[in-house]
Amino acid sequence: MTSSVALRAAILSALLLLIFFLVWHIATMPVASTQVVSDDYAKLVGGAAAAGQQSAFPTPADFGRKLLEAVSDPFYDNGPNDKGIGIQLGYSIWRVLLGFGAAALVAIPLGFLIGMSPLMLRALDPFIQLLKPISPLAWMPLALFVLKDSNVSAVFVIFICSVWPMLMNTAFGVSAVRKDWLDVAKTLELSPLRKALFVVLPAAAPTIMTGVRISIGIAWLVIVAAEMLVGGTGIGYFVWNEWNNLSISNILVAVLAIGLVGMLLDAIVARLQKMLTYKD
Amino acid sequence: MSFLSVQKLKKTYPVRSGGETVVFDGVDFDIEKGEFVCIIGHSGCGKTTILNVLAGLESQSGGHVFMDGREVSGPSLDRGVVFQTHALMPWLSVRSNVAFAVQSRYPSLSKAEVDSHAMKFIEMVHLQAAADKRPSELSGGMKQRVGIARAFSIEPKMLLLDEPFGALDALTRGSIQDELLSIVQETGQTVFMITHDVDEAIFLADKIILMSNGPQAMIAEVVVNTLPRDRRRATLHHQPHYYPIRNHMVDFLVHRASDIASGKEARPLVPRFVSPGLTPSH
Repeated sequence: MTSSVALRAAILSALLLLIFFLVWHIATMPVASTQVVSDDYAKLVGGAAAAGQQSAFPTPADFGRKLLEAVSDPFYDNGPNDKGIGIQLGYSIWRVLLGFGAAALVAIPLGFLIGMSPLMLRALDPFIQLLKPISPLAWMPLALFVLKDSNVSAVFVIFICSVWPMLMNTAFGVSAVRKDWLDVAKTLELSPLRKALFVVLPAAAPTIMTGVRISIGIAWLVIVAAEMLVGGTGIGYFVWNEWNNLSISNILVAVLAIGLVGMLLDAIVARLQKMLTYKD
Repeated sequence: MSFLSVQKLKKTYPVRSGGETVVFDGVDFDIEKGEFVCIIGHSGCGKTTILNVLAGLESQSGGHVFMDGREVSGPSLDRGVVFQTHALMPWLSVRSNVAFAVQSRYPSLSKAEVDSHAMKFIEMVHLQAAADKRPSELSGGMKQRVGIARAFSIEPKMLLLDEPFGALDALTRGSIQDELLSIVQETGQTVFMITHDVDEAIFLADKIILMSNGPQAMIAEVVVNTLPRDRRRATLHHQPHYYPIRNHMVDFLVHRASDIASGKEARPLVPRFVSPGLTPSH
């Protein structure tokens, strides 16, 4: 029964994809027209598109060709403004891992301490509540001014957006550990360190991992915008560069790549989360 | 002095309108080494609080607890606790749950020694086949047996059981009671146990402490169980002592526990020791 549902769902997914391509294809079909446009625009988008005979938006076939091109040679490097999509994605993933990793190193131990102490939880709560809703990009000018390096600033923006979900979830998970287990820890006369490592940490792990998963998702959302601002390298810069080139096909390829990498990052963390989650 | 001595124990809670509620006051009792003592009373009489004070998990408002000549203040590996909710770590296997306690008790043991010590106690509750399962894969009765194995594995001077079988069905409860009694008889373990179940108390205990209703609960009587210690569940109700003891306890819980609380029956100054089973009717 479940396998038949899975099969039917797969068939339906394929069908939906086919319909999507069909609609896309029809919407971008060339139409006969003699619309007059400015010469500059005609030079930019190509004669047929300027005359309105061909859509400026790429057809599925155009997109397919570009995708094949990108996949067949993702790592070429022809100077600062012409790098393969693989290299650009690599830069972005590297920044996300740096910023996210630093955030985890700060947020999880700090969240642990906050969660263990009701006093700290209350004292720090107003700061966290105030800082949490700030768009990470609002920090960008300050980061550029203080850190004086665009690359480091991008990593800092990733850090600041990843830190809150992990901090909040760790503090909450730690403060909500069941009293039963803490009583067991007390009757076994565990040292504070043993209690933290072998009782509180595994008990709070599923909640902490939920924070980790939210954080990595947000980090991947923010890196594209951050790289559009700081420029130089990365998938966000690539998208902006291709917009300036008016290469819609390349933008579509990049958008697809961003989605796929985001999915992959989430799947990795989800797998880790599943390993650390216990059934009660 | 007795092995465990509870003297003038008192617990009060502050009330929001000012003042305080006295849950229980003047609780005195002794437990000798190797004795199995049950405490029975209605909800709200503070049984669990008394057990938590003995465990060191809660502090009393007045009075003292001495064990083995030393005052009890705070939790200790000398007192093993079996929790009402079993309180197993769901992320650890049965074996690791017990081994974790063993390692805390004997930090100098090697990994293999810890494991074999833990397995000894898992075998004692007949769970060796489930040793590598997680608690979520076990039935309620099996979980509670792991809890018992864990409490015994630290070889405490005193075992505290907080209504451990309350959530189990009657058949499972019976078989675990049998298991517990035979283990206690083999090891000579000193036990203090909370229960709601009159038959359970008669089957397991040497002395049964009866508490009046709260607030201002107190120990009304201590029933001395005169049934022979090698009692069997199957033949228990054929013992001549059985029904007099049972009737005495049920009468207490149905009428006298509330009569003492309301003042209809005089509050005893010191708990009376009664042996209802010795009435010469046979």
